[in-house]
Amino acid sequence: MIGQARFAACRAVLLVLAATSFVCVAADKDPRRSGFDFMSPQTKAMQQDDASNPAMLWVSDGEALWNRRPGASERACAGCHAAAPESMRGIAASYPRFDATLQRPLDLRQRINVCRVEHQHAPPLAAESQELLSLEAFVAMQSRGLPIKPDADPRAQPFRERGAALFKQRIGQLDLSCTTCHDALAGQRLGSAVIPQAHPTGYPIYRLEWQGLGSLQRRLRGCMSGVRAEPFAYGAPELVELELYLMQRAAAMALEAPAVRP
Amino acid sequence: MNRTRRKIIHAGASLGVIGWARAVTAAEGGVEIALALAIKQYVGDAVVRAGKVKLDVAELVENGNTVPLSVAVDSPMTATDHVKSIAIFNERNPQRDVIRFALGPRSGRALVATRIRLATSQKLVAIAQLSDGSYWSHSADVIVTLAACVES
Amino acid sequence: MARALITLPASAKRGEAIEIRTLIAHPMETGYRPGEDGRIVPRDLIRRLSCHYNDELVFSAEMFPATSANPFVSFYTLALASGTLRFTWEGDNGFLQTESRSISVT
Repeated sequence: MIGQARFAACRAVLLVLAATSFVCVAADKDPRRSGFDFMSPQTKAMQQDDASNPAMLWVSDGEALWNRRPGASERACAGCHAAAPESMRGIAASYPRFDATLQRPLDLRQRINVCRVEHQHAPPLAAESQELLSLEAFVAMQSRGLPIKPDADPRAQPFRERGAALFKQRIGQLDLSCTTCHDALAGQRLGSAVIPQAHPTGYPIYRLEWQGLGSLQRRLRGCMSGVRAEPFAYGAPELVELELYLMQRAAAMALEAPAVRP
Repeated sequence: MNRTRRKIIHAGASLGVIGWARAVTAAEGGVEIALALAIKQYVGDAVVRAGKVKLDVAELVENGNTVPLSVAVDSPMTATDHVKSIAIFNERNPQRDVIRFALGPRSGRALVATRIRLATSQKLVAIAQLSDGSYWSHSADVIVTLAACVES
Repeated sequence: MARALITLPASAKRGEAIEIRTLIAHPMETGYRPGEDGRIVPRDLIRRLSCHYNDELVFSAEMFPATSANPFVSFYTLALASGTLRFTWEGDNGFLQTESRSISVT
């Protein structure tokens, strides 16, 4: 009985390893792969079916928030932007974007909060709050299937270059940089998990490990904790610069938001 | 003493285990006993036969927090011949029960799906109760991989 | 009110077995997990999902801590008559949520 179970286990692990190698080797000219490609068929199926993707719970909340006035005399998002499928199409695929007023790049979450404060006269939503994640998920979904189109504004470039430097910088007690694992070792395994290439193609994601929806910043902070470094605070300029770089690195890859990830 | 307690004590006695309550631990024998007792509480004195039930779950799962599975039972689902309930048990979580479904002739098809939590690699057992009082089962071994990076 | 997503066909043929998929937002706190402060987070679960078709109980699921967060349950029911499908989730701390969907059966 135990012998059979071990054999089945070995076979299962070998099958998964073989499948993983196939994904890496069978590449066309573009070697880039979304984290989606490294997932099990069951997790992929969870993402692809809107009736069973848990992230859709946040999307439906986001849609309600889009149409809700934050105050009796204030406009809802829909008051300026009308129907999101039209007005928000391509938006998430092109963020972070350089903001001329603040003279720095803003990510989508910061942009939503700028709108709330400036145009809706409402308090900003807290990072990783239910409301902000729901709005972000709803807006991001309007870019689903579209290619990532990094901000072409030349003023964003110095910030992007800082992000590129951060990506290569060794940090933490484990003295690892993002590129150590996600460029050089992508496709190989850390423990039993396949190391993905770290393209932000699906954010905000329903992560099985979190049992909830979270943003790219949550994931980046998680990675930093993982290598035993002090994570940047939510909203820190470094996290926006990293995202700016990551979106350039993933340029033209299709957005899958809101995705499911292990 | 109520019927359930009497049954459990009889089960313990028939398994020849002394101090059976303390045997329900992480030790191999304890794991099997705990699962057997939980199943016995569901089926009573009936014999559970393998067959008719198909428990569909991946052999290797990426994350134990959310493991999709489905259970299908070969049944015409008529008024006189149908599935009354399906229960899923696990081996190594803190508690044996996972989920129980109540079906009937209004169901049309005996096919249910859900997502469950698995604390570690272990066996899952799905048991269907039919309208004629018979019980059928299917089990599957699942390997659960843990996240490589600890976030906090 | 927790967000719930229910997917089922808007119409069906009489006697057809239709698939219903349900998803509801809920942490399904097991009662075994230590929180940030090291103390066990109290159990907080949805205990039961039931489906009534024109007020007749056609399906139920009893959930335990091993049911995942944001519980997903799918099942089948026979489309016998036009009317209302009522979904009720009940659980700890007085959790109670009901959603209704119409179905047209021809």
